[in-house]
Order: sequence, then structure tokens, then C-alpha cells
Amino acid sequence: MTNPATNVPFSNGPASEQIANIRQTLLMMASLANRNLALAMRALVERDEKLAASVEAEDSQLDELEITIDELVINHMATHAPVATDCRFMLVASKISSNLERIADQAVAIARRSLELNKEPLLKPLIDIPHMAEIAEGMLRDSVTALIEHKPELAQEIIRRDKEVDGINKQLARELTSFMLEDPSTITRALNLTIVARCLERVADHCKNIAEEVYYLYQAVDIRHERAP
Amino acid sequence: MDLSRKPRVRLIFSRAMDIAVGFVTLAALVPLASVLYMVVRKGAGNLRWSMLWELPPAAGMDGGGFGNALVGTLLMVAIGAAVSVPTGILTAIFLTEYSLGSKSARLIRFCAKILSGLPSILAGVFVFGVLVINRDLHLWGWNFGGFSAIAGGGALGILMLPIVILSAEEALLRVPRFLREASLALGANRTQTVLHITLPAAISTIITGVMLAVARAAGETAPILFTALFTSYWISSLHEPTASMAVLIYNFSSVPYDNMVNMAWSASFVLIFIVLVTNIVSHLVANRSK
Amino acid sequence: MSPTSPTSMMDESIPTAQTDEVVVSPDASASSSTVEKSVRLSAPTIIDINNVDFHYGANKALHNIHFPIKEKLVTAFIGPSGCGKSTLLRCLNRMNDLIDGTRVSAGSIKISGVDIYHPSVDVIELRKRVGMVFQKSNPFPKSIYENVVYGLRLQGVSDKARLDETVERSLRGAALWEEVRDRLHTSALGLSGGQQQRLCIARAIAVEPEIILMDEPCSALDPIATVKVEELIHQLKQDYTIVIVTHNMQQAGRCSDITAFFYMGKLIEIDATEKIFTNPSQKQTEDYISGRFG
Repeated sequence: MTNPATNVPFSNGPASEQIANIRQTLLMMASLANRNLALAMRALVERDEKLAASVEAEDSQLDELEITIDELVINHMATHAPVATDCRFMLVASKISSNLERIADQAVAIARRSLELNKEPLLKPLIDIPHMAEIAEGMLRDSVTALIEHKPELAQEIIRRDKEVDGINKQLARELTSFMLEDPSTITRALNLTIVARCLERVADHCKNIAEEVYYLYQAVDIRHERAP
Repeated sequence: MDLSRKPRVRLIFSRAMDIAVGFVTLAALVPLASVLYMVVRKGAGNLRWSMLWELPPAAGMDGGGFGNALVGTLLMVAIGAAVSVPTGILTAIFLTEYSLGSKSARLIRFCAKILSGLPSILAGVFVFGVLVINRDLHLWGWNFGGFSAIAGGGALGILMLPIVILSAEEALLRVPRFLREASLALGANRTQTVLHITLPAAISTIITGVMLAVARAAGETAPILFTALFTSYWISSLHEPTASMAVLIYNFSSVPYDNMVNMAWSASFVLIFIVLVTNIVSHLVANRSK
Repeated sequence: MSPTSPTSMMDESIPTAQTDEVVVSPDASASSSTVEKSVRLSAPTIIDINNVDFHYGANKALHNIHFPIKEKLVTAFIGPSGCGKSTLLRCLNRMNDLIDGTRVSAGSIKISGVDIYHPSVDVIELRKRVGMVFQKSNPFPKSIYENVVYGLRLQGVSDKARLDETVERSLRGAALWEEVRDRLHTSALGLSGGQQQRLCIARAIAVEPEIILMDEPCSALDPIATVKVEELIHQLKQDYTIVIVTHNMQQAGRCSDITAFFYMGKLIEIDATEKIFTNPSQKQTEDYISGRFG
């Protein structure tokens, strides 16, 4: 029984129910973020304006979910005082939701850039950017898998892939800079592409964060900031 | 942490105290032991099984027994119980369940305590004045007057009553309050709670109290002396003088006939035996309930 | 006319998100009544406690207690020792009548619209509709079976089939059936503490009350037994309204939907449990639940 006005449930359920609720919401958020990122990339590659608009529209749902998760987390912590894994899960859920929301924000940014890029013909065939996106999307899927299937060992590999994305980003930035220096008429497009690359680099960072949080959840060891596991 | 043995002085003092206490305890048991010894030696030795069902001998004659006295004692104690137990338990219920703490309750309890200290002969005097003297006291078709088992039983009942009241009251008070509350919380009224919960929970302690009262009454002499008198015949009606162990012992112990004196010792033995058994059984009942 | 009340009167504060509608001053304004209405529509009230004062002899134990208890939800009373929560609980089934010199000196308590202190009310009937589970489990020194059917036997039910069915239903409802089904006729005193308490719950629900009052039901139980009883409370609230007094506020947090905080005989705050534990309106409440006093 939920109060329809605020969505605060009248009924205070048992702990396991509340935790499952948070988990479900988190997974829903993850799949939405995944989808929005894929949509944004499709909008970019296929130069589809409608797709780009839908990405922006979908984003508000994710924002709502982030707020909901935080509310559920604080309610559960205050009323049930969880310990051990449950307690870590609360912390991790809050952080993962925040990272997912930022990933979705980056997707919106990519969608907006794609609208800008559509105004002019392709500067160069898109190879690196989709490649970065592919890696990033893979990282997102795998970190969610690690969460669902209790596989913290996947985290290290995911963190390694972030470095790969960083590498591609740097290289692409150099390439685009040389484009801009050679031909100033390409500056708008090159800058937009640089921004898109940076968005994807940030997405990969957030996915790395999620992987680190999943590792912390199951191993109770903090491997952020390149600490050894 | 020093765990070494204590200084010797304390140890010696402690041991000395242990011995002293043990010694004093033994000293306290001496009277009981000596009485028992006396009764057993003099009574058990002369006891014949036939004494349990034969009538008292005439003066100077051999043989005989105290069968009618045994029956008489048991009968009068039973009458006393019939009078005192229901009254006593109901009074105790009234005191604990219906009027706890009130002035009337305090008054009743005070009276019961006084009554428990009543010299037993006064119970006999009272019954004598009320029942015995009126030779034709007819109530509900029965003749309550004259020397009779009924009068003797009544006097014993008066003596038993305060014991029953006080021990039943204590038993009922010991029933935890939360049992009563649980019953009331389920929609029981007070009567149902007393009947189904409180009384059953207290019953074994109440029985112990009743048995103690019985043990006391069995040995009383004075009240029966001039309410039930004595007879050498088997009992044929409740309205006639009735024999009892206590009066038999009283009568036979002061005559110069050896047979009768020995019989008094034997009767004493049997009487003590009955009282002992009653006490032991009541203890067993009390312990079983724990 | 909204009665004067402590802050965050419950009706105004479930919904919790609209913080500007939470009444901070006793002057309830028009906005609160619309909120009140929406809350009443979605969670019906079963007990109306109206401006109740309570005296133990000359001692005033409860001051102007005013709040509703909602149907089929778990309401917890919390507060330091002596704050009057148990007293109020025992007013709801008139168990305080057993103590001399106690009286509700002002106000009224209405259950399903009926003033329970009205002279025409049969206390026995009331106690059949409002059951109670006590702090220390108090099974009768009878068999498990006889304990459960005691309430029914009081009402004169003797049909064996019906009694058997009640025993099974109640013991299942108390999550005890599987553990004792083979020894229904053995003494109830042979059960463990947690089992005895669940037996007391079964005994209470056997008479099919609408409301179950629990006075610190887990305070004498070990943690595992406590968990079992708390799980039971979650199940029971589908069918019964439950009011629980607890001095363990974590228990209030885990079990209850609505929490009322009492202090020195006054209701300080009442609200949805999540709201009380994440953002209470009163500093006193926050101090208490943070363990800063009491």
C-alpha cells in the first residue's frame, strides 16, 4: 500500500523486500541507461534527429529513478540499520545510481552534439568514436553482469578497458586537432566530435566506477584510485 | 591476581562455625528423634494387626484394639474437612480475587489469623455450647444436637478452617498476575478466570495446605473430648458419641492396666504414622507440581 | 474543526514529501484538511483517540492524547520508560480497569465509532475484539491445544471439529503449526521462550479479534526468536490492525508503518515510520531516536 501522493509506502516491508526493491530499481536504471547510450550512438551514426530527441525525453525518467533509489536507501538505512553486505549494498546502490544518471546525462550530451553535427556533412567516417562506444557499452553491460551474477572478479578487466578508451580518446583528440589546424572550416565539426569523444571517455569512467563499487560490494575492499585489490 | 589460600585463622574459624551449626542442628532434632524413638519402640513392638479392627478391651481384659477409634478419627477429620475446605477455599478466593486490599479483606484475614491461634479446647467449648447442649437441634431433617461425630467434626473443622484459608490465600496470591491478565485479555470474566486458570494453577498448593490442616486435626484431643466423647462400640450413626484415636490414647494412658497402656502406645504409633504419611504425601504433591 | 495537536499531526504528514504542508504550528490551516481527506480515503481509521487524559489516582499519566490509529497497519508507540505508552496501550482494551484508582479523566476512545468507555459497553466483548500479547509470554499451564482454544471455550464453543480447525488456523497464523503439530496435547510450558510467545499470539488470534495489541512482545526473547516474531507481525498486518509498544526503536523501525513518539505522557510526534526515522519534525524525537537521551 503506497501513499499515492508521495509514493512513500504505507507499509513498511520486511528488510529483504526493501533490499530487493532497491536492487530491482537499480537494475531498471542500468538497463535504461544502457538503452539511452545505445540510442544516442545510433542517433549520431545514423544522423537521426528523432532518435536524438527521444534520448533527451527519456532522461527525466532516469533522474526520477536516481532520486527514488536514494529515498529508498535512506529509508531502509534509517529503519533497518543494515550491517555487513546489506550496509555496503546501500552505499554502493546510491553511488551506482549516481554514476548511471551521469552516464545517461552523457548520452543526452552526445544526442545534442549529434543534432549539431547533422547540420554539416560528415567530417570523416566514424570509426574511433563507435569503437569507443562499443567498448564503453560493453563495460556497462559487464559491470551490471558483475553485480547481478556476483562476479567481482570482472571488475579488474573492466578497469583495464577504461584505459583503452582513454588511449583512443587521446589519440582521437590529437587527430581532430590536426584536422582543425589544417582546415579551419572543420573546426565546428571537429570540436563537436571531440566533445562526443570526451563524453564517451566519461561514460567509460563512470562504468569503471560502477565496477569498482561492485568489487567493493562483494569483496569489501576499496579499489578506487588504483588501490590494489 | 593472588589466588593463594586464605590465612589459616579464617579457615579455622570457618570450620569451627560449620561444626557448631551442625551440632546445634542435631541438638534441635533430638526432641523429635527421641519422641519418635519412644513411640516406635513402645508402640510398634506391641502393635498387632488385629488392633486395627478390634474394639477397645474392657478394663483388665486382654486383646482388643482401636478399630473404632481409627474409623472415628478418620470420619471426624473428614467431616471437619467437608466443613472447612469448601468454606476456606471460597473465602480465600473472595479475599484474593474480589476484595484484595479492601477493609473487609483485611478484617477477615485478621480474624483468620486469630482463629489459627485459638486454643483448641475453645473450639470444643464453642461447639459444646452451640450443638452439644441442645439435644434436639433439628436442621434440614438432621439432628445436630448432642455428643456426636458431627459435633466433633465441626470442632475440628473450626480448627482446620484458618489453616485452609491462609494457605489457600497464599496459594492463590502466588499464581502470577500475568496468567490472570492473559485470561482477562481473551475476554474471560472474573469467575471464568478463577475457575479455569487461577484455581487450577493453585490447586496443588491448596491441597498441601489442606493436608497440613488434616494432619493437625487428626491429632487434636481437647475439642473432641467433650463434643464426640468416647465409645467402645463401632459407629452406627453420626449422631452418637464417637471414638477417636486421640481420646483413646488419653483414656488408656492413665489407667493401671498394662494392656490398655500398651494399646495407647500402639495407638500413638499409628497416629504418628498417619500424620507422618499425610505430611509426606502433601510434600510430594507440592513438589510434583513444581 | 481540527483539534489542537502536537506538530506533524499524522493526517497531515502522510504524505511526507510535501514538507510545506506539514503543520508546524497547532493552527491547522485549510490545506491540511484536504491532505487529511486524501489520507483518510486511502487508509481508514479504526481507533480514534480523542483528547484523552488518564489518571493513576492523583497522578496524571496521559495528557491530551489525540491521534487516529489506522486499520490494517502496524502502529508503534516508542518513548523512554514511563512515558505512558504502555498505559495508553492498555487503555485500548481497558486492561487498566483492573488497577484500582485509574480512570480516563477526559476525552474518549472510539473503536469503529463506538466509545469503549461508555457504560453500555461490555468489556468482555471489547476484549474479544481487541486482543493482547504481553511482554513476558504467559501461556496457561495447560496443553498447547487447550491454550489456543481457551478463548473459544469461554464463549461456549465445544464442537471438536471447529476447535481443531481453529487450533490449526491459529497456529499456522502464528507460524508455529509445523513445530508443534505432533505435540498439541503436551504442556505449553515445554516450549521455548520464542515458541511460547508465538503460542500467545496464536491464542490471541484464535478468537479472531480485529485489533492486536502487543506490549513489548520481544523484550524477553533472543534475537532469532525476535526475528521470527517480527516476520510474523509483517504477515499478521494483512488481516489485523496491530499496535505495538516497544522500547527498542530499531524494532519500531523494522516492523511498523506508523510510529508515535511519546514523552512524559504527551504525544510528541506521530508520522510514517520512514519519515520519523529519516527526518523527524521535532528535535526531541530526533534526540530520542539518535540515542541522545532516554
